[in-house]
Amino acid sequence: MGGYKMSRKQRGQLIRIIVCLSAFAALFIVDRATDGWARMIDGRYGWLLAFGLYLAVYAAIGYDVIWRAVRNIAHGQVFDENFLMCVATLGAFALAIYRGATGMEIEGFDEACAVLLFYQVGEWFQSYATGKSRKSISALMDIRPDYANVLRGGAAMTVDPSEVGVGEVILVNPGEKIPLDGRVVEGESSLDTKALTGESLPRDVAAGDAVVSGSVNLTSQLKIEVQKEFYDSAVSKILDLVENAAEQKSKAENFITKFARYYTPAVVAVALLLAVIPGAVTGDWSTWVYRALSFLVVSCPCALVISVPLTFFAGIGAASKCGILVKGSNYLEKFDKANVFVFDKTGTLTKGSFAVTAVMPESDREEILRLAAAAERDSSHPIARSIVAAYGGQPDGGYSLTNIAGEGICACGEDGEILCGNERLMTERGVAFDKVDAAGTVVYVAKNGKLKGVLVIEDELKPESAEVIFGLNSMGCRTVMLTGDNARVADSVAARVGVSEVKSSLLPADKVAEVEKLLSSEKKGDGLCFVGDGINDAPVLMRADIGIAMGGVGSDAAIEASDIVLMKDDLRGIPTAKRIARKTMGIVLQNIVFALAIKAVILILSAFGITNMWFAVFGDVGVAVLAILNAMRANGIAHRR
Amino acid sequence: MKKVFRLEDLDCANCAAKMERNVAKLDGVNSVNVSFMTQRMSIDADESRFDEIMDEVVRVCRKVEPDCRIVR
Repeated sequence: MGGYKMSRKQRGQLIRIIVCLSAFAALFIVDRATDGWARMIDGRYGWLLAFGLYLAVYAAIGYDVIWRAVRNIAHGQVFDENFLMCVATLGAFALAIYRGATGMEIEGFDEACAVLLFYQVGEWFQSYATGKSRKSISALMDIRPDYANVLRGGAAMTVDPSEVGVGEVILVNPGEKIPLDGRVVEGESSLDTKALTGESLPRDVAAGDAVVSGSVNLTSQLKIEVQKEFYDSAVSKILDLVENAAEQKSKAENFITKFARYYTPAVVAVALLLAVIPGAVTGDWSTWVYRALSFLVVSCPCALVISVPLTFFAGIGAASKCGILVKGSNYLEKFDKANVFVFDKTGTLTKGSFAVTAVMPESDREEILRLAAAAERDSSHPIARSIVAAYGGQPDGGYSLTNIAGEGICACGEDGEILCGNERLMTERGVAFDKVDAAGTVVYVAKNGKLKGVLVIEDELKPESAEVIFGLNSMGCRTVMLTGDNARVADSVAARVGVSEVKSSLLPADKVAEVEKLLSSEKKGDGLCFVGDGINDAPVLMRADIGIAMGGVGSDAAIEASDIVLMKDDLRGIPTAKRIARKTMGIVLQNIVFALAIKAVILILSAFGITNMWFAVFGDVGVAVLAILNAMRANGIAHRR
Repeated sequence: MKKVFRLEDLDCANCAAKMERNVAKLDGVNSVNVSFMTQRMSIDADESRFDEIMDEVVRVCRKVEPDCRIVR
């Protein structure tokens, strides 16, 4: 948390508190030692001196509270805490004067004074703790680049990032933040993307690589061609999102603000009744008025109103440290309850990149891949790319390539004709083949009418998929996988990652329908999460209770449509987010229950006269400070894995 | 039109809630959000008389918490 400096206002306030506290202590000791000044001043008017001295301290520590109370009443804001503190302490003074004037034992001046002093101490600490926690959380979000070094007319100029246009070239020196999204045109370096993705390993980039704004350049200078304007760059999208996160308020927060609205007037009303009715019945006015005044002290709801949003804020801050952006505290609240996880297959559970997983017969691997690569060399289809990648070398040229839609490719060259495609192509061209049954795309390769071999191409699973699904299953969650692929491929993937349900052969529109179906079968208190890569599944992301998009950096649609964005393309963010949500909600509950319980206990005790006003002040500011400290625990969750 | 303003010296969470309630009642304000944590107010109001509405917002907020300043 370190590095927080007090504001001027806080420093001034601290000095005032210390001075008043010492003055009060001196006064208090003399008071007690001289037995209420009675030994120093003769008889009945002793209280006047005590009154005068305590009043001076009271005024010194409390003038601003009184002033605010008066001002707020003038503005029609009656029940604010300044007013309540004034009524309570001035009331205590009045009682003491009454006792003094009627010749009873002198007491109560010290208490009125101390209560206000204690209140100011609490207020100060509250302001300090809030400021400190605010700082420690928002420091993480400090990814805003302040400037860009743009090359114009051969010289580097330092300008505001928003003034740089697409296509301009910027210089990023080691230690600087990349201000705009772009592509490296010159230089090689390592980037620290921790602030964006939570990934602590630096990423190496070279000419041609895309770079995301908000990353920090570590080792050497880069020249970057800007591809997005500032408002469109990842960093401003993320900042927008973080700044707006506080807008989506959770039920707990709404509950607490609503509660606060009725709580204060209710306590004030009870205090009034407490003063009037038993007072009138017993005739012992000073006792009951005193108890009523203690009531007023506890009636400020600030501890609650502060601690709940602070907890959420700290939780969201903790998530962003791990590269998980949560768009609002309501999503954190809902995510804690989420128990149905629906995954898109391609790009989410699998890498979305195809790879040749089997070559049959394996002994002719080289030759088969060579032929297939020659046929597929110009195609941009992911399957074709995976074949070329598996071949590794430069595919043979010199073939005239014909694309046969939905079937494959025919490559004609000097040494004959290569056919590369599915069963239909083989049947059509009269190539004899044995049907291969595999959970993936099967590509047959034939040369001059004779089958040379078969390639099986599969989408690779992400290494962490099985672990994450296992974790969710063991938490008692339902895991469902949706895919457009056929049942065979789907079942094979499902079995390997361990999802409990599979729906295959779905068109994009069917996915929405499936999610609708799952949503309608939900019981109250359930929550449905959809996890997708943000490509093509924006409608589903929006429809689900909570949409989680993977690999958010760079995909605008995902950031907009989803509620939680995993900046790092790593499914393990889901259990991490779940842990953070659980902990945050736990602390929120603790704070609500704790603050309410303490307040209730103090209210009851002071109604029966068991406690005094000192306790009541603790019930107000002490509870607030404890709740804030508890709330800050939510920010530390990420460190403890 | 939606705009975000920074709030300086917003010290009390309850005041933030009060400001939000009072600003929301103003004519021409479509939605408003005061965040105690980020010390920001985001306001969505009628574009044609945005400045006029903001004057009113400043007035309302000063009434609730005179120490708090809206940075415009």
